[in-house]
Amino acid sequence: MANDRTASLTGDPSAALSPSEILLEARELRKSYRRGGGVFSNSAKGPRFTAVDGVTLAVKGGETFAVVGESGCGKTTLARMLLRLIEPDSGSLRFEGRDLLRLSGSALRAERRQMQMVFQDPFASLDPRMRVGEIVGEPLAIHHAELRQTEKQERTAAILERVGLGADALKRYPHEFSGGQRQRIGIARALILRPKLVVADEPVSALDVSVGAQVLLLLKELQTEFGLTYLFISHSLPVVAQVATRIAVMRAGRFVEVGLADQVLQEPKDAYTRELLGAVPALPCRWSGS
Amino acid sequence: MTPLLDACGLTVELPTAAGWVRPVNEVSLSIAAGESLGLVGESGSGKTMLALALMGLLPAGARVGGEAWLGQKATGAGEPKRASEKSALGSGVPAGKDLCALKEREWRAVRGGEIAMVFQEPMTSLNPVMRIGAQIEEAIRAHESGLTEKDVKKRAVEALERAAVTEPGIRAQQFPHQLSGGLRQRAMIAMALAAGPRLLVADEPTTALDVTVQKQILDLLDRLRRELRLGLLFITHDLGVVAQVADRVAVMYAGRIIEEGPTLEVLAAPRHPYTQGLLKASPTLERGKLSPIPGSVPQLTALPPGCAFEPRCSLRRADCVTAVPELRRAEASHTARCVLVQ
Repeated sequence: MANDRTASLTGDPSAALSPSEILLEARELRKSYRRGGGVFSNSAKGPRFTAVDGVTLAVKGGETFAVVGESGCGKTTLARMLLRLIEPDSGSLRFEGRDLLRLSGSALRAERRQMQMVFQDPFASLDPRMRVGEIVGEPLAIHHAELRQTEKQERTAAILERVGLGADALKRYPHEFSGGQRQRIGIARALILRPKLVVADEPVSALDVSVGAQVLLLLKELQTEFGLTYLFISHSLPVVAQVATRIAVMRAGRFVEVGLADQVLQEPKDAYTRELLGAVPALPCRWSGS
Repeated sequence: MTPLLDACGLTVELPTAAGWVRPVNEVSLSIAAGESLGLVGESGSGKTMLALALMGLLPAGARVGGEAWLGQKATGAGEPKRASEKSALGSGVPAGKDLCALKEREWRAVRGGEIAMVFQEPMTSLNPVMRIGAQIEEAIRAHESGLTEKDVKKRAVEALERAAVTEPGIRAQQFPHQLSGGLRQRAMIAMALAAGPRLLVADEPTTALDVTVQKQILDLLDRLRRELRLGLLFITHDLGVVAQVADRVAVMYAGRIIEEGPTLEVLAAPRHPYTQGLLKASPTLERGKLSPIPGSVPQLTALPPGCAFEPRCSLRRADCVTAVPELRRAEASHTARCVLVQ
C-alpha cells in the first residue's frame, strides 16, 4: 500500500529516474505538532496536529520542483524539513544519496553549503544593522574562513553584480533598498556558496507584480547559469506555472497530485487541483502586445 | 444621473524631510450607485492613500485639495455644503457633501454610515478581545439611536446572515481568533454594511486569503453590490481580480490615474504602456509569456519632470519628458495619460 502510494505520487518522470539523477530524495516524511497549548497551556499531552503527513518526493538535478498549496497545507514545514531546519518525526531524507538525518556537526555543515534558502519576506529576512556586503558575504565567512579578505570581497561584489546590484550596494544597509532589490540581496546571499539546491519559499509573493516578474526571470537565468536545482514553494499556481518543471499539489500535509507542470496545469487528475485551478481569477482575453 | 461619488482634482499631500510629496495627485473619478470601480496600482501608487482620503482617515499633517462629492454636488453657492445640512434628506434630492471639506465631527456620521471600508487583513482590523456580534452592534449603535438592545442584536445577526456567514447566531458569540480567515473577512463585510452605507471601499480585501476563499468573497461582494445598489471602490494590485469584480477600472501610477475605462476594454486593449506592461508582467496559468517591466516605481520625492513612467517606458519619445501628459480620450469612455494616444 505504502509502496503503491509512493510510486503513484512520485510522478513522472521521477519514477524512471536513475539514482544518480536524483539530487534530493525524501520518503514518508512526517511532522506533527501539539495542537493548541501555547505559552499559557499546561496540557503537555493533547491532540496533535499533523503538518506533514507522509510526503515522498524525488527532486532531479537541474529541475524546478514546485510545491503548491493553500495556507496551512504544510508546504513551509516540508521545505524546512528538507533542509533539516526542522527535524522530521519520521521518514528518510537523502541528498546525493547521503543520509541527511544521520549527519551532525561538520558533516551536516558541509551538506548545508550545498543547500540554501530564499525567503518570502525580504524586509524581515535581512539583518537591518548589517551592511549588504556583510549580509551577502557572511556565508563565505562561515564556510570558507580560509579565503583571503580581498577574495571574499571580490566574490561578494561579483554575485551582487550578477543579481543586478552595483558595487555601491556593498556599503549600504537593507532599508535603503526597495523590496525587489532586497529580494535580489537574499538571492545573492543564497548563491554565493554556489549551492546545488536552492529552496525558495514564496520568493515573489511579497513583491509588486512588475518586480515579481523580474525576480522570477532572474531566478530562471541563474538556474541555467549556475546549474541550480530549485525547490519552489508557493500558494500561487500562476506563479508556479512560470517556473516549474514538475508540480506537486499539497493539501492537509499530503501530496494529492504530482506531475509534469504542463500535465498538472492542463490535465489535472485530482479534484482539488481542479478546484485550485478553477479559482484562479482569469484575465478576460490576454493582451499579447503589438 | 448623479454619481454617488464624484471626485474632481483630489490631491493628498504629505510632509516629508524632503518637502511635500503628493501620493494622490489630481485624481478625478466617479462611481454610480450599484457600480463597481476597480482601482489598480502597485505599492506606492497612492491607491491606499486615496481610499483613506475618502474615509477621512489620512495621517495627521496631511493636506487635502480638490473636491470629492458624495451625492448631489452643490452648485452655484460659493461655500460648499456641509454635513449639517442632512435635514435636506427626504426632501427629494438628498444634499451632497464635499468629503474634502468635512470637519472631524461631521466625518463621524459619514464614516460607517455612508461610506464604509473593508481592509486587507481582517485579523488586525477586528478587535481580538471583543465578540464578533458585539463589534457589529457597536457599528449599528454608532449610527442609529433609538433602537432597543434586542433590535440591535437582531440587526447584528441579520448583518452576518447577509454576508453569508453560516450559523450567524453562534458566530456572533465567538471571538475573531475562532473564525477562519474567510469567515473573518465575511464578518468584516457584515460590520461594514451594518449601518447601511451607500459606498463601500474595499482595500485589497482578498489579498491575504487563499484563492478558493478569495473566489467566495468576490462572489459575495458582487452579490451584495447588486442587491443593495452599493457603490464599490475595489482596490487591488491583481488584474485578474479586477476583471472579476469591476465594471470600470482606473490604473494608478505614482499618484495619478494613468488609464481609465470599462474593465474589459482596458484589459483587452490597454492604451497606456504601463497598463500594457503590467498585463504582460502578471503571471497567469499560461507558461512562458511572462515579461517584466524594467526598473522600479519612482520615489515621490524624485518624480521625473514629464510622464512618471517615461524612465521605464520602451515607447518613450522626446516630448515625454517635457510635461505630464493629460488624460486623452482613446475610446468613448476610455482615457489614457499618454502622448501616444491620438
